[in-house]
Amino acid sequence: MSLLNVFDIAGSALSAQTIRLNTVASNLANAETASSRPEDVYRSKQPIFQTVYSDQLSSNETAGVRVLEILEAEGKATQEYNPGHPLADDTGYIYKPAINALSEVANMISASRSYQTNVEVMSTAKQLLLRTLALGK
Amino acid sequence: MRLSLDNILGIHQQALSLHSQRSSVLASNLANADTPGFKARDIDFRAALKQANSAGAEGLKMTHKNHMTAAGGKASGPAELLYRETSQPSLDGNTVDNQIEQAAFSDNAMHYMATLDFLGGRVKGIIGAIRGE
Repeated sequence: MSLLNVFDIAGSALSAQTIRLNTVASNLANAETASSRPEDVYRSKQPIFQTVYSDQLSSNETAGVRVLEILEAEGKATQEYNPGHPLADDTGYIYKPAINALSEVANMISASRSYQTNVEVMSTAKQLLLRTLALGK
Repeated sequence: MRLSLDNILGIHQQALSLHSQRSSVLASNLANADTPGFKARDIDFRAALKQANSAGAEGLKMTHKNHMTAAGGKASGPAELLYRETSQPSLDGNTVDNQIEQAAFSDNAMHYMATLDFLGGRVKGIIGAIRGE
């Protein structure tokens, strides 16, 4: 029954989008996290999505999605002169992550839209299945 | 005349199964809307329904999607997936257009419900005939 597959497919997308939302939350939360050394600075995390086919032999089928890995973005930490900061190094500098809040928020909106779409798909599939079960009653 | 359940339900049973297959294809398009390199798929409903309807006693029944089709004979199995033409693919190779897929999904759901109503009418009819009402 293909309609039952819809729950697996949309469910995999919900889980992938949740991970994406989680990384956005983590990136935004740590946007201002200071450290004393540039290599210790928090790096923005980006999930990589991948299509999952239930049977790799055949491309003639439907597919869900999964998070292949979560990459840490390259990017130079921003240096800030703040000698009064408790984490300042010997020269008086602290280091902050190179996180673009605007692109993170755009990413968040995109993820939440995709999440909504997949919830709609699931609830439509549920309605169709319930009506199929009530067939002839 | 011999009553056969297949004759009573008519084309609607094939239509229902094709609609449910299409809904899972469209759901996988929507699920992969953000996956790099994913190509949107769809089925040609008219051709698939024609094939499913004409695959009768002479055709081979395919119980697995990897079964080969017999030469000359028609086979009834899941409909073949085609790739959707897109006007504006993304830079990452993804060809899913969310709006098109959502519209197609709702359209497919409405058709599924219409087919269910037709089937429900047939089932009610046969129940009425059995009871002699």
